[in-house]
Amino acid sequence: MIFDIIIYIFLGIGVFFNILAGVGLLRFPDVYTRLHAGTKCTTFGSIFLIGSVILLGLKMWWDGNINGSVLSIHSIFALIAILLTNPVGAHAIARAAHRSGVMPARAVVDDLKNKPVKKSTKKKTTTKISKNEEVGGQ
Amino acid sequence: MIEFFNIYFIVLIALLLCIIMSIIRVIFGPTIPDRVVGIDTINTIVIVGMVIFGAAYEEVIYIDVAIVYALLSFVSTLFIAKYLEGGEF
Repeated sequence: MIFDIIIYIFLGIGVFFNILAGVGLLRFPDVYTRLHAGTKCTTFGSIFLIGSVILLGLKMWWDGNINGSVLSIHSIFALIAILLTNPVGAHAIARAAHRSGVMPARAVVDDLKNKPVKKSTKKKTTTKISKNEEVGGQ
Repeated sequence: MIEFFNIYFIVLIALLLCIIMSIIRVIFGPTIPDRVVGIDTINTIVIVGMVIFGAAYEEVIYIDVAIVYALLSFVSTLFIAKYLEGGEF
């Protein structure tokens, strides 16, 4: 009985945050704020939705059904996959959006524009070698 | 037992509403990274929907499909981001 109430509460929290992610995708004015809404709210909501499935599997296992433990462990692996891959994907999208020239809404100055960008690793290694040679020559 | 699992179909309908809102952003996005953000959100919601679908029918094989879909969508998102950035692979 307590398991059922906790499962309902987790489902409610997860659905609420997923709907907030959809509304934020529609209403925010910018790429970066849309990314903020669409990634973090979705991650937080999916934690609770998959957590309810994990609790359902534990409840089935407690009642004597063997399939409940398999359901719970596989759900834990799906949750780990989401937790590892979702922030990395969001970081890659934000980096690509900044480098492709998308400015934030109502922004005038970009402080990161004059920062030197490491294009390839070959230049970095050659500059390091030349610096070492200069130091050795002196 | 059947009445208890009906709550998961209501959750699936709510997730479908989120997917429809993301599809509107994908269609009307002003720039290309907006569309990529919408597709990333759709991928995450589809993963959660697959897990809840597996819980509704008590089938473990749907959750395995969700794990593989998560890893493949991560790779596709990284490739699209790398393409937008314009760097060499």
